[in-house]
Amino acid sequence: MAGKTLYDKLWDSHLVKQRDDGTALIYIDRQLIHEVTSPQAFEGLRLAKRKPWRADANLATPDHNIPTTKAERSRGLEGIMDPVSRIQVKTLDDNCKSFGITELDMNDIRQGIVHVVGPEQGATLPGMTIVCGDSHTSTHGALGALAHGIGTSEVEHVMATQCLIQRKMKNMLVRVDGNLNPGVTAKDIVLAIIGEIGTAGGTGYTIEFGGDAIQSLSIEGRMTVCNMAIEAGARAGLIGVDETTIDYMRGRPFAPQGEMFDKAAEAWRDLVSDADAEFDRVVVIDAADIIPQVTWGTSPEMVAPVTGEVPDPDAETNAGKAENIRQALKYMGLTPKTAIRDIELQYVFIGSCTNSRIEDLRAAAAVVKGHKVAANIELAMVVPGSGLVKKQAEEEGLDKIFLEAGLEWREPGCSMCLAMNADQLPMGKHCASTSNRNFEGRQGFGGRTHLVSPAMAAAAAIHGRFVDVRDMLLEKAATH
Amino acid sequence: MKEFNVHTGIAMPLDRANVDTDFIIPKQFLKSIKRSGFGVNLFDEHRYLDKGEPDADNSKRPINQDFVLNQPRYEGASVLLARDNFGCGSSREHAPWALDDYGFRVIIAPSFADIFFNNCFKNGILPIVLDAETVDSLFKDVAANEGYKLTVDLPSQKITRPDGSTIDFEVDAFRKHCLLNGLDDIGLTLEDADAIKTFENQWREKSPWYFQLNG
Repeated sequence: MAGKTLYDKLWDSHLVKQRDDGTALIYIDRQLIHEVTSPQAFEGLRLAKRKPWRADANLATPDHNIPTTKAERSRGLEGIMDPVSRIQVKTLDDNCKSFGITELDMNDIRQGIVHVVGPEQGATLPGMTIVCGDSHTSTHGALGALAHGIGTSEVEHVMATQCLIQRKMKNMLVRVDGNLNPGVTAKDIVLAIIGEIGTAGGTGYTIEFGGDAIQSLSIEGRMTVCNMAIEAGARAGLIGVDETTIDYMRGRPFAPQGEMFDKAAEAWRDLVSDADAEFDRVVVIDAADIIPQVTWGTSPEMVAPVTGEVPDPDAETNAGKAENIRQALKYMGLTPKTAIRDIELQYVFIGSCTNSRIEDLRAAAAVVKGHKVAANIELAMVVPGSGLVKKQAEEEGLDKIFLEAGLEWREPGCSMCLAMNADQLPMGKHCASTSNRNFEGRQGFGGRTHLVSPAMAAAAAIHGRFVDVRDMLLEKAATH
Repeated sequence: MKEFNVHTGIAMPLDRANVDTDFIIPKQFLKSIKRSGFGVNLFDEHRYLDKGEPDADNSKRPINQDFVLNQPRYEGASVLLARDNFGCGSSREHAPWALDDYGFRVIIAPSFADIFFNNCFKNGILPIVLDAETVDSLFKDVAANEGYKLTVDLPSQKITRPDGSTIDFEVDAFRKHCLLNGLDDIGLTLEDADAIKTFENQWREKSPWYFQLNG
């Protein structure tokens, strides 16, 4: 008999009941909650007179609606100018209080994007099942946890029963062999993977990411990769546990401590796919082939290396695909065969659950240090993923580097990744963004998003258009 | 939850692959703490020519006459014909809420994104996967015939065209059962409360570190 994949192990260890009809009841260890997808779930509990099954399995923090300017943030809840947003954030506060759920509210220094906060606090642990009413819950798979997004009905279901009704997914392995070239990052890996398998390539699968290039990533880099598993269609992304994972967990506030930690770590070391495990699909990519990536269209699979160009729909033989390219280019205001490096930018956004952690900010700061934002850039902003990331960045002096270069340094939240707060990309403007979705209107009505790594976004801010960050790094190395 | 049994309605084609949930309902409407009232903002960025706001009077907004939803022949449509990977992106259940609130009961596509597909069933909407060729033939039929209606019979898992020909479709047995009876699956799961408690106790014994939020 073949061995088990990591997904098989996580599934088996949480299986409460297998039903005859093929569905299963799966136990959920942790639910993360934010203000947008939870109010109707709490209301559902209230209407049915139900209580949370285990209040202490839940952790909440507001992130989507939260303003990122100091002026608004310094006044707390009352400082949120948009009254509809203010009600939603207040509703989360009220619901958490009345249902006995721990919340890191907007004034708490630990507040931040839910997918940054969970791992940072150790509320996300290897071997857990984790859900959240947010598709980027896949992020937490970087720690060897089975984590995926759910809708609001399921948020309520998990609150009420601590379980989900699931069908087992198929197993996919995406193996990235070899070593990355300097200047190429986790973001480029995952964009290259999506370019390869497509936005529906992972539908119906749980994707495990493996291979040397993945194992050599830090936990933060692994989170960037797993974060965008959903952009490849897979609800959950996974990376096996190793000593990097265990070192990351040590000392986190909500993680076990002392002897309990050692016991837990021993169990976590088994959270890898067996050598003889069988996958339903295996995709192999050579890390050395990956060049910094830039999306040119309105779906994350519409991606090209920075050295490449925008495609020509007339050269596409599949009529459906050609039409998709035409629609995307029309929205993006781009002409076929334009060099990626000739795309002019007006906005730069460094942030989001994909790329707002300390290493992302360090990478961006290293690129902008000693330079100035280009004259054609109307706004370049850096939004740290949590209050603690912000504090650490300030201790390291990164805020000063950004401010001196002409970038804005903001308060933590989801911000312009989805533009539910005031941070919106205006109509027709092109933005180099470290976020995860380049859908039409995603960053603002009529806004044009190009997804890139933090280093690439920083380089774009300095040059006002896309440049190969590897060239900038080479120049820097030569002058130092 | 609303029951679903047999439904007949006008089919509306949305000829576009990878329709994401931002397309279905833009983010500014997600600030609502209710689960109803999203229908007027379904496909907002394509249906209207201006930018929508949660408190706007939608009846006064400029309409995009080119968008399929605004064409008189599709007025009252309740069966949505779509292309590959429909509902990709965000997990927002506001997407099926908006479709339901507008009046769509069935969505037919060659493939759906997983989370969206799942969310439909929680809201009495039946998403049906058919092979790309069949979907393509339906697109052609709809284009050629004004007032083209489909009858979707969940108990017998058949779609009937106006000419009487039928198309079989697959549906998960559990989901079918829930839709037919309009069942609240929280109630169903709680029938297994004892099994959940037993599992939980064993799991707590084995992995106590998952049962503390305070270190």
